[in-house]
Amino acid sequence: MYSKTVIDRFQNPRNAGGMHGANAIGEVGNAACGDIMKMYLKIDDNGVIENAKFKTFGCCAAIASTDMACDLIKGKTIDEALKVTNKQVLDLLGELPPHKIHCSILAEESIKAAIQNYYERKEKELKKSVKKPVNYV
Amino acid sequence: MERKIYLDNASTTYVSNEVMAEMLPCFNTLYGNAGSLHSFGRDAVAILDRARDRVKNAINASKANEIYFTSGGTEADNWAILGVAHANANKGKHIITSAIEHHAVLHACEQLEKEGFEVTYLPVDQYGLVKMPELLHAIRKDTILISIMTVNNEVGTIQNIKAIAKIAHDYGILFHTDAVQAIGNVKMDVQDMEIDLMSMSAHKIHGPKGVGALYVKNGVRIDPITYGGTSQERGKRSGTENVPAIAGFGKAIEIATRNYLINNKKLRSIRDYFLEKLKEKVEYFQVNGHPHQKSNAILNVSFYGIEGESILMLLDLAGICVSTASACTSKSLLPSHVLKAMGIPDDIAQGSIRFSFGTNISKSDVDYVTDEIQKVVAKLRAISPIQAGRI
Repeated sequence: MYSKTVIDRFQNPRNAGGMHGANAIGEVGNAACGDIMKMYLKIDDNGVIENAKFKTFGCCAAIASTDMACDLIKGKTIDEALKVTNKQVLDLLGELPPHKIHCSILAEESIKAAIQNYYERKEKELKKSVKKPVNYV
Repeated sequence: MERKIYLDNASTTYVSNEVMAEMLPCFNTLYGNAGSLHSFGRDAVAILDRARDRVKNAINASKANEIYFTSGGTEADNWAILGVAHANANKGKHIITSAIEHHAVLHACEQLEKEGFEVTYLPVDQYGLVKMPELLHAIRKDTILISIMTVNNEVGTIQNIKAIAKIAHDYGILFHTDAVQAIGNVKMDVQDMEIDLMSMSAHKIHGPKGVGALYVKNGVRIDPITYGGTSQERGKRSGTENVPAIAGFGKAIEIATRNYLINNKKLRSIRDYFLEKLKEKVEYFQVNGHPHQKSNAILNVSFYGIEGESILMLLDLAGICVSTASACTSKSLLPSHVLKAMGIPDDIAQGSIRFSFGTNISKSDVDYVTDEIQKVVAKLRAISPIQAGRI
């Protein structure tokens, strides 16, 4: 049913676990469909993803997909990471059964959700820095 | 050799040696077609008669001709629902069933809805028991059939079949029960329980796959759903009888009912020991189903914060075979309809694993399995975004 890569990635995920000091966290999926993916990214000032970790509630395919997605975006810039598609995840994993393709799509979405979270945080920081002088006056 | 432990006996079981010995001659020595008039045919008829008698005795039917062999539990369920509905459509077009039935019943009901019948799906309580007041409420003048399963295949809850059958008959309604999981686990007596139709299957009780039976009480009007020969199964179920499988089924059901008490005692002690060990080793889980009114062979557990299919796969890699009702294993991507009907939230339903025991499981097997579960659960919880303690 699953390819060897999927089983291997599921059994020994390389990027599993949370991350201290992550500055971008994205969560997608819901319990009804059986998959929740949480992506933790550490993005440096130049917009390069230093490190990526994940936590996933879900099946084999979901865990393997997020693990692969983390590998795909490590060391890339935000713009490059946004271009990562589920097709790339699928190619690296070998093959997924048809009804599991959505796991790879979720993995792609979790990257985007994390990056969106990164920009939201940036925006907040900016607003704060604008407000600060006003408070002191 | 790698250790293999099979804890999925509610899916299917191995064929026991006694059953195999009963079947083997039917393949190459007594291979006649029961429809033939010659000696080979008569021998085949004798084998069928003996199997029919055994099934009759096992469920205490009043006559052997009330047993119709089918290709399995699904066909028996389909036939009971569709056949009774079609034959009694002039009396009414309303059927009552429960929300937790097997798909063999539910999908047959959906088919009837397409044909213009109305179906009421009774809700169940948190333990999976059909709510009696709801049943009384659902009965209408044009209700022709009530179909409620005896033992639920996912959580093992045993319904109050006798009471439901009595209610049905008070209103002049036919009663069908899907007893596929019940045979061997619950004492089935169709006369005492006032059952009109009952579905059975061989491969859940150490018989071969591809054979089952429908008990149809004499006098019940039922249309066939297969067309062809008129001689087989009193013209109700066409197709050459699967003589070897039927012979095996007869033997299997005889053994299952003969060993009913001792098997149940064994299964109960295995299940209790398993649960005791699980409670020692794992935190944050719940047992689904009724606390005591349930089959001793089935234990359905929800582990919080993790997903069923990944538990199943990791256990499989350790040589342990279980099953799950999580959405990921079904192609529909919806969690189990049974757990949903019982009001169990999606995230808990997703983490459900069904352990179904056989009498061949030893204490050391249980120790090994619970050890592995402890490891697997810890591993998956470490990478889950949901904290188990917070559910």
